[in-house]
Amino acid sequence: MFELLGIPPQALFGQLLLGLINGSFYALLSLGLAIIFGLLNIINFTHGAQYMMGAFVAWMLLNYAGVPYWGALFLVPVIVGATGVVLERVFISRLYHLDHLYGLLLTFGLALIITGIFRNQYGISGLPYAMPKQLTGGQNLGFMFLPNYRGWVVVVSVVVCLATWFVIEKTRLGAYLRAATENPTMVGAFGINVPRLITLTYGFGVGLAAFAGVLAAPIYSVNPNMGADVIIVVFAVVVIGGMGSILGSILTGFGLGLVEGLTRVFYPEGSAVVIFVIMAIVLLVKPAGLFGREV
Amino acid sequence: MATQASPLDTPRAASPGTAGMPVLHMVIFAGLLVLGLIAPYVLYPVFVMKVLCFALFACAFNLLLGFGGLLSFGHAAYFGGASYVSAHAAKIWGLSPELAILAGTGAAAVLGLAIGSLAIRRQGIYFAMVTLAFAQMVFFFSVQAPFTGGEDGIQSVPRGHLFGLISMAPDRNLYFFVLAVVSIGLLVIYRIIHSPFGQVLKGIRDNEPRMISLGYRTRRYKLAVFVLSAALAGTAGATKAIVFQLASLTDVYWTMSGEVVLMTLLGGMGTVFGPILGAAVIVTMQNYLATFGDWVTIGQGIIFVVAVMLFREGIVGVLARIIKRPL
Repeated sequence: MFELLGIPPQALFGQLLLGLINGSFYALLSLGLAIIFGLLNIINFTHGAQYMMGAFVAWMLLNYAGVPYWGALFLVPVIVGATGVVLERVFISRLYHLDHLYGLLLTFGLALIITGIFRNQYGISGLPYAMPKQLTGGQNLGFMFLPNYRGWVVVVSVVVCLATWFVIEKTRLGAYLRAATENPTMVGAFGINVPRLITLTYGFGVGLAAFAGVLAAPIYSVNPNMGADVIIVVFAVVVIGGMGSILGSILTGFGLGLVEGLTRVFYPEGSAVVIFVIMAIVLLVKPAGLFGREV
Repeated sequence: MATQASPLDTPRAASPGTAGMPVLHMVIFAGLLVLGLIAPYVLYPVFVMKVLCFALFACAFNLLLGFGGLLSFGHAAYFGGASYVSAHAAKIWGLSPELAILAGTGAAAVLGLAIGSLAIRRQGIYFAMVTLAFAQMVFFFSVQAPFTGGEDGIQSVPRGHLFGLISMAPDRNLYFFVLAVVSIGLLVIYRIIHSPFGQVLKGIRDNEPRMISLGYRTRRYKLAVFVLSAALAGTAGATKAIVFQLASLTDVYWTMSGEVVLMTLLGGMGTVFGPILGAAVIVTMQNYLATFGDWVTIGQGIIFVVAVMLFREGIVGVLARIIKRPL
């Protein structure tokens, strides 16, 4: 077999695949953040906690109700999305007339509460979530071994991201959404219930995070802290990509996941910080972000 | 996005101008000093020192948020970074405590200059996200760097001798040194807030485009206050490392950044005395809830939510409104 710069191809492609998996989660999470930010003008700090909730609710459904992975994939986003709708109605909707920073502080507080409750209940050691039977095993692609589940995660993430993009950019509902982002008052004057649109958008963004959580459950152990660390990286992803464009968030998410994977091959010590370094460079060169509009 | 710099819309304590300290503030400072002098004889000195360090930390943070209008979500980087530097200076280089704290402060200022000059390129929530991300980078660096001791941190840091003369090992001795450091820090912050520089800052906070049109180079002011805030947060962290003889990852983790935001929010951002009260309340709460595990986190979350929903001016902010005087 050939070797690249002294790196065996199995290791290289293995890490690239891992990067692509992380990229899937970055893309799903930053997409949700971008959609929520577009309409609500808040940064949803609870996003990481909601991703964690997704994994936990999947675990609970399996262990308390016997609902398998495939059911969880559909049920969990709905359940966690519904809790998001409640949070939006009870707390977040009361802050729209204030500075955006209060939304950040509020959702940070909510994230602390949710994380704390799960830590109290389940400890921090993490719970295993079995991979669905249909997706165990893997394919030998010649140059690398591809575990089926990992391939599935990448494919389904791409599909969900593109579907979201399609709904927002190409359908009537998406047109309402984009119009409400530009000028909520005007859209309301045309008879569209903007507050309801906002609530549902928040629920949808949260549902995306929960969906990512279900996908993550069989790969990583289900852990109350799993959201906290990933959300900060996702913030950096969002700063790099800029939140102006849906497709931009998706591309940035996958791209940065790959870059992280590559770094893990060639300079493992730097893999934890490479995204932050890229963020620093982007801030120097193009402060509005790669796909962002100057604000 | 039609936001201005960050006009946090709480009513602010109006500034008394740049002339001397109002009598009310003098009385409060004197009262706090008396409290500080009595406290070690009534309470456990190490606990009071912890409160003092966090009071300085929260006031330094409030300088940036309350008066500069910039919400940094990464102040743990300067607090924790300085604590590593001062612990290293005291333990490995054998510096006396005052020099170790100065070293920590200087390191925090340099770090603040590096991060601040990048972060002020973005505004509002992006600013918060950028500072948070860079602080996380400092955290990862602290996990891996050889001199920080990774998960163990830097332990059994010697308290040393003040100016090479007075032993800081007894808690009472150290206490009065810490009280002096924190008092000086607080007076410096008070002076900055009420200087012409501070007035310009408040102008930028309230309406940045107008300040630009008036000819102020607002970026320089923002960067300057960022560095000052980082340096003073560093003083607090460096002092804490000497008090607890420990520098650990807890101090650079993002939860610490969240805690200082909470202290400031609870006490009252944009007030002079609020963050001191906020720090005292939160540290006390942590102390009493420590045995209940994650209830500390839940409690902090609840305080966040309640403060944002119900009293955005903070405790001292509400008091100031009642007595109609800036506090």
